[in-house]
Amino acid sequence: MVWHRESELPSVDLILLPGGFSYGDYLRAGAMAAHSPIMHEVASAAKQGVPVLGICNGFQMLTETQLLPGILMRNAGLKFICRHVHLRVETSKSMFTRGYKTDQIIRIPVAHHDGNYFTDQPTLARLEDNGQIAFRYVSADGTASDESNPNGSVANIAGIFNKTKTILGLMPHPDRAMDPLYGGDDGRAMFEGFLGLMQ
Amino acid sequence: MSNISPEAIAEHGLTADEFSTIVEILGRTPNFTELGVFSAMWSEHCSYKSSRRWLQTLPTEGPNVICGPGENAGVVDIGDGLATVFKIESHNHPSFIEPYQGAATGVGGILRDVFTMGARPIANMNALRFGSPDHEKTKYLLAGVVAGIGGYGNCIGVPTLGGETGFDAGYNGNILVNAMTVGIADAERIFYSAAAGTGNPVVYVGSKTGRDGIHGATMASAEFNENAEAKRPTVQVGDPFTEKLLLEACLELMATDAIIAIQDMGAAGLTSSAVEMASKGDVGIELWLDRVPQREENMTPYELMLSESQERMLMVLKPEREADARAVFEKWELDFAVIGKITDSGRLILKQHENDVADIPLAPLVAQAPNYDRPWEKSPSLPYLDASQTSPPDNPMDALKTLMGSAHLCSRRWIWEQYDHMVMADSVQIPGGDSGVVRIHGSQRGIAITTDCTPRYCKADPIQGGRQAVAEAWRNLTAVGAQPLALTNNLNFGNPERPAIMGQLVGCIEGIAEAARALEFPVVSGNVSLYNETNGAAILPTPVIGGVGLLSDINKVATLAFKDSGEAIIVIGETLGWLGASLYLQEIEQREEGAPPSVDLAAERRNGDLVRRLISDDLITASHDVSDGGLLVAIAEMALAGHVGAALQPPAGDVPLHAWLFGEDQARYVITTKDESAIHKAATEAGAPALIVGKTGGSSLTAGTGCTISVEELRMIHESWLPDYMAAQ
Repeated sequence: MVWHRESELPSVDLILLPGGFSYGDYLRAGAMAAHSPIMHEVASAAKQGVPVLGICNGFQMLTETQLLPGILMRNAGLKFICRHVHLRVETSKSMFTRGYKTDQIIRIPVAHHDGNYFTDQPTLARLEDNGQIAFRYVSADGTASDESNPNGSVANIAGIFNKTKTILGLMPHPDRAMDPLYGGDDGRAMFEGFLGLMQ
Repeated sequence: MSNISPEAIAEHGLTADEFSTIVEILGRTPNFTELGVFSAMWSEHCSYKSSRRWLQTLPTEGPNVICGPGENAGVVDIGDGLATVFKIESHNHPSFIEPYQGAATGVGGILRDVFTMGARPIANMNALRFGSPDHEKTKYLLAGVVAGIGGYGNCIGVPTLGGETGFDAGYNGNILVNAMTVGIADAERIFYSAAAGTGNPVVYVGSKTGRDGIHGATMASAEFNENAEAKRPTVQVGDPFTEKLLLEACLELMATDAIIAIQDMGAAGLTSSAVEMASKGDVGIELWLDRVPQREENMTPYELMLSESQERMLMVLKPEREADARAVFEKWELDFAVIGKITDSGRLILKQHENDVADIPLAPLVAQAPNYDRPWEKSPSLPYLDASQTSPPDNPMDALKTLMGSAHLCSRRWIWEQYDHMVMADSVQIPGGDSGVVRIHGSQRGIAITTDCTPRYCKADPIQGGRQAVAEAWRNLTAVGAQPLALTNNLNFGNPERPAIMGQLVGCIEGIAEAARALEFPVVSGNVSLYNETNGAAILPTPVIGGVGLLSDINKVATLAFKDSGEAIIVIGETLGWLGASLYLQEIEQREEGAPPSVDLAAERRNGDLVRRLISDDLITASHDVSDGGLLVAIAEMALAGHVGAALQPPAGDVPLHAWLFGEDQARYVITTKDESAIHKAATEAGAPALIVGKTGGSSLTAGTGCTISVEELRMIHESWLPDYMAAQ
């Protein structure tokens, strides 16, 4: 754990930007955190290829620092949503998703007020073409529809990579899906996937 | 020196007699600041002047109780060197005036009460009451309160694990927002509020003081009229991120030995925290008001002492540890100011610009606070209503549809999906079960939490209603397999100066005391909220019980969902078909009549102890408490949760079918099992009734020929009422 006012990062294999309400998120979610001293270091490490995983508020910080394209707006329903959703793994070809199969349907919770992903059409086309979409919100049978979209995200996007797939930002919480007693363990494969590479 | 008019006295909620006592205590007329201090400390909210003598009749002790009522929260030993710390508190008046901030700061206040004692909060709960769904303000208030509770709890990162929500026209002008927090602490490191050590520094930490919330405690001690909206500026604004910083800073400092005493600044702000700390420690206190961190200019002593700005704490520190403590709070970017010292004068002395601006002897300020024996009338007894005086529905499944699709029993998903009920990843039973269950982090043990009250029973018979609230909380803890530990209560009533209302309060407390004694379920903390009236119309008597239990093995938690087909459905407890004061009578026949079900505390205990043992022995596959709506509603809830139907065989007997299905006899549970004979053997040994009423399976719920409904149809009805209601213009 690194304190927000630090201005140096130790040498690390991966940077995790966890969920939460950084600085209360009274401004736009993640906007204040994007300007904290340590985030300058995170950004420069990420640009040098250090893997970064941003979950929920971490994803919001990644778009606010423009390490990932697009923005996360207020949920279409204008309410905080905490529930399990189904996701489709769009590609297993990344260090973060290698524990899954492409097109696998997983069940993981979301808990956010500002998870409505948006980007312009050219950027969206580029994300699609480059295979940068990591997860989409789908129904249990794998259909991406308005009904299966909890927050209004464009193209049902739940998580995206950067071009080189060293950075992943996603709104759902794989960290809350680690044990069947707590609602399921579909999140484990993400952590086991990249931890396996690092050993 | 001052000119206190009779109008000023009345505006401060003080009677002429109370004012005379103040003059006697001081030996002179109080100045305006002193009047404010007395007014706050002697308000109903702070002094419990109408309820104190009755609260003393509650059982507050038990072998595991470390600290009962009187501190910021109750503390119960749970073994392994740990204690659970919890309390429930109301924020009714502010939430009616400004629902988002009122509810949010209610959550903030109760969180502070718990971490002030040295505990890390692990779960929040709530109990909410709104007016009739038809009332013009209900939708707005419900939306605002739910958003406010979520806004605060989600941001600070404490899961909101559930609660209860009710609707009744009796709350049209006075909604109830009761918030509960449960925390875990090192049993050897509980922090108390009694100040000590002449000369020790009095330290203020947290947010700065503004002019918000002045006289909140006094407002909470008066009735509303049509001008309630004008009181909006007295509602505080919450800052959950600052509270998160305050929580972490306090817990970090508490890991050292710097703190002698600590008290959060809640109702009546600096006044009540300073007075309580000094009077509990039997010392004096001197405050230098110029040093209070202020976010507005030219604040008067009166304003500084009565502000209810949020996210503030008062501490007495060991003087040699002051620098270390300051470093902790500076790290968390919070204000830290030495604003006074402990003295041996026995007086509260306030100084501003070198002048003494108040000088009050503490002992009489506390000891001579009014303690009224208000006249009360026993609520009239209602006659027993026999099932033969009610009419059976043409089809019981139509009645079930009406009940499950009503405001009273519809799914609360729309509410609890706005609460982060999973943050910290320890939530084992999320909202929708009998109790919320949260793992004690890093262990295999869990804490179960529930909030319960059935106001229509309390209105019909306060004593039985008080008993029932305790029994239902105890049952809900039992139904998940937890051993009930202790309870906290939130007594919400109307104007105690009316003998009928006072009678409700007295009756409910009597019932709570009886049940708490019989079930060995002591009261360790609580809150009283009176004057919940608008233009003379009082709320239903609503003594909310917050129950806390312990699960020694989290893997054995029982849930209400049917698990499989072909399992026996067994009712533990006796079904006599009690329809008086039932939800069936209210919703299907539009009648509010009859005595509520009587609560046999010996049967409660026997049946509950049996169910807990069956869960512990792995003989039960699902378990659910029977409450509002009776047996059929309980079974329907189990079918919905499990996506498995059931075929019921109502017994031949004297009880009419609709009374058997919808009666609200107490002390009952529905369980499922793969081993009927083991259940029968255990029940016989315990002397508890156990009746097989059907089998799980299929996709419908049936209770005889032609009496059937598909589980999915029921789900649509059950899930749609609240979202449809909130979406409608």
